[in-house]
Amino acid sequence: MQMAETKEQLDLPVPKADKMFNLQSFVTKYGMAVVLVGLIVFFSIFSEFFLTQQNLTNVFRQVAMLGIATVGMTLVVLTGGIDLSVGSTIALVGVVVAIAMTALGLDIYSAGALGLVVGATVGLINGTAVAIFSIPPLIATLAMLTAVRGVAYILTGGLPVYGFPKEFSYLGRGMVGYVPVPVTIMFAVIIIGWLILNRTRYGRFIYAIGGNLEAARLSGIPVKFNLIITYVIAGVFSAIAGIIMLSRLNSAQPNVATGFEMDVITAVVLGGISISGGEGRFTGVVFGIFVIGVLSNGMILLNVQDYWQLVIKGMVLMLAVGLDQYYTRLSHRAAQRVQAASLSQGK
Amino acid sequence: MPKTILEMRGISKFYPGVNALDNVQLSVEEGEVHGLMGENGAGKSTLIKVLAGAIVPDEGTLLIDGAEYTSLDPKQAINLGIGVIYQELNLVPYMTVADNIFLGCEHSFGLFTNPSATNKAAKEILDDLEMDIDPTAQISELTVAYQQMVEIAKVVSKNVKILVMDEPTAPLSTKEVAQLYQIIERLKKRGITIIYISHRMEEIFELTNKITVLRDGRYIHTVATEKTSRADLISAMVGREVSETVQAREAPKGEALLEVVRLSGLRFWDVSFTAYKGEILGFGGLVGAGRTEVARAIFGADEIKSGTMKIGQKAYKPKSPRDATEQGIALIPEDRKQQGLLLSMSVRENSTLASLPQLQNLGLLNLGRETQVVGRSVAKLGIRTPTIDKAVRLLSGGNQQKVVIAKWLLTNARVLILDEPTRGIDVGAKQEVYKLMRELTEEGLSIIMISSDMPELISVSDRILVMARGRIRGELHRSEFSQERVLDYAAH
Repeated sequence: MQMAETKEQLDLPVPKADKMFNLQSFVTKYGMAVVLVGLIVFFSIFSEFFLTQQNLTNVFRQVAMLGIATVGMTLVVLTGGIDLSVGSTIALVGVVVAIAMTALGLDIYSAGALGLVVGATVGLINGTAVAIFSIPPLIATLAMLTAVRGVAYILTGGLPVYGFPKEFSYLGRGMVGYVPVPVTIMFAVIIIGWLILNRTRYGRFIYAIGGNLEAARLSGIPVKFNLIITYVIAGVFSAIAGIIMLSRLNSAQPNVATGFEMDVITAVVLGGISISGGEGRFTGVVFGIFVIGVLSNGMILLNVQDYWQLVIKGMVLMLAVGLDQYYTRLSHRAAQRVQAASLSQGK
Repeated sequence: MPKTILEMRGISKFYPGVNALDNVQLSVEEGEVHGLMGENGAGKSTLIKVLAGAIVPDEGTLLIDGAEYTSLDPKQAINLGIGVIYQELNLVPYMTVADNIFLGCEHSFGLFTNPSATNKAAKEILDDLEMDIDPTAQISELTVAYQQMVEIAKVVSKNVKILVMDEPTAPLSTKEVAQLYQIIERLKKRGITIIYISHRMEEIFELTNKITVLRDGRYIHTVATEKTSRADLISAMVGREVSETVQAREAPKGEALLEVVRLSGLRFWDVSFTAYKGEILGFGGLVGAGRTEVARAIFGADEIKSGTMKIGQKAYKPKSPRDATEQGIALIPEDRKQQGLLLSMSVRENSTLASLPQLQNLGLLNLGRETQVVGRSVAKLGIRTPTIDKAVRLLSGGNQQKVVIAKWLLTNARVLILDEPTRGIDVGAKQEVYKLMRELTEEGLSIIMISSDMPELISVSDRILVMARGRIRGELHRSEFSQERVLDYAAH
């Protein structure tokens, strides 16, 4: 009988995946790592400063805020959404924390906590709009991008806020041993992100929601709740980035971080997260973050003109997505072949 | 002696690790309807793709109307009069019927399209095939059956000589199938040769003149339809004797697990029944009779307008699928790919999706325990997969269905609702699913099975309820089971 046969087969140790070298799967898995190594080699050849400890610390310091916000964005994009309000949230959080420490006279911890609450609130509004009112994420967060920036201007009257307690600068400029504080926080956030996506129920739910919303719902996953939570987490991570930026700049400006979300989205996409949701590994995103960091830093070292830097970054995004699409197509074709060949064409 | 219009000889196609086609032959005479059968993965689709020019074979030759080719490209295939109606229709949803028919060979004045000429020409083609379709209608407004007709008209308009139809009746209702049969008759009258792929025995016997069977990428044989039988075909396809149905058993009657009283909801009214422990309760009826809607309402996926339910002695009023799951109800939906599975996720992730709370320690998933649990399910259900981390997209239909079942078994469901559990699954795997359903009821589950497959409904169910137009029209106990009775109630 068929069943008996099957059981016998399955008592054997589960066979390991094909170990044969496969260019496609190598590129999809390690593509960004290869690009990163390539960039590092390139810049070390053309700039003697690149590989100095000083400069590498700079690279890390420069990507810290990007990295933190990117972890939140990764979760959102995996659900099939997007969050355009990151830059505005960073500005608003900075403004609120600054006012709390100056005009309101709160201590730095309460002010920081207030900042996180502001970030969570922006996320809650985004999430509610998307999950409960079914507003497409692009539109909901675009609306928040504008509205939140507006609130930041209203609170400050358009003027910078400064004069913070001295110990507040530790967050942006201090060191933990040899590592700058923002970098430490970034690594903590990255580890949290990795744990969420690879080791929690909530992480599975995110993939499930982005992969097939109806199947997720019919599997008993509270889809709306999880969507809202995802935007809230993204808001909180943006807030953390905002507080660090405030500390580094030592003054709150309502027009700060304009367009920052575009860098964040670029990092997510470079990291191989499918913009339609449900697919992509978190490790790729970490490489995506550093590719952007190294590229920006290297171009500065090579004295590439600012305007050209923008052009190059844009082209890198286009190239990354183009390659991703190309390999996705190839691997889908391969999947179809395998199906047509050995398994089912599935009905 | 009719002439041979198509001959494929010694066709092989190898992929790393698998021989999709191994020395396969197919010989089709002009004007006949030639059935092509085989289990999923037998190589039917690959063979058709070779014919359509979508795949270049590694070995073999094609003789079309006497001319020899080693391979074709898609354009060449069309020019030679080969047309294929795939399961996924290739129509542009937001264009009109006429524009779709002439897509790629538009009627135009120079740069500008000529809608009136296009519509007129489309109307001629449709009238000629006696299809009652308005050429100016938008494709997205048509039902699947009419969309399929448009696809046929489109292919026929290109002077097709050999028409391949890949499971054309899969998405159709009984009435629409009858309509399709008529169209096939008309195509035959025009001298079009048809290669017909289907899993459904009734169709194969009704339509075809000859049947070619493939198994595991190999040619098994070609027989004249009148000289073979269902049982012969099935054993040729499966390579062993397989009964299509399962043996009757004593209808066990345990305690009532789920009691539904006068339930009304989306497109169904006043539905009352009780599902007992250890029983497979069949739901028969035509497609659209409201069975799926009842299932979704019980599962909390759609709203309930009135009526009550009880699980055991407790009142049951599901607020959401999650709520239903927690109370021991599981629904395995009809459309696996759309509603049951996350195709890009692995067997592991799909299996545990509904039962993750049990696998957590301090908020983190215990992957080791998950591996064990999933491994046990894979063994118990006989899911054939090289590793539990394989994407379910790469599994066969039968194995995908087992993954969905595994998911719900892990939630400790007590009432399992299966909506068309074996749709699109091949004969051998169907048997396994039936056997599994039996075993599960013996372990004390109650199964509610919605099925439009008459032999399946009659042989697998212990009791049958028949629905028509949103209401339960009759109940049959095993001694009363017959196809006629079910149909009689279903036609209410």
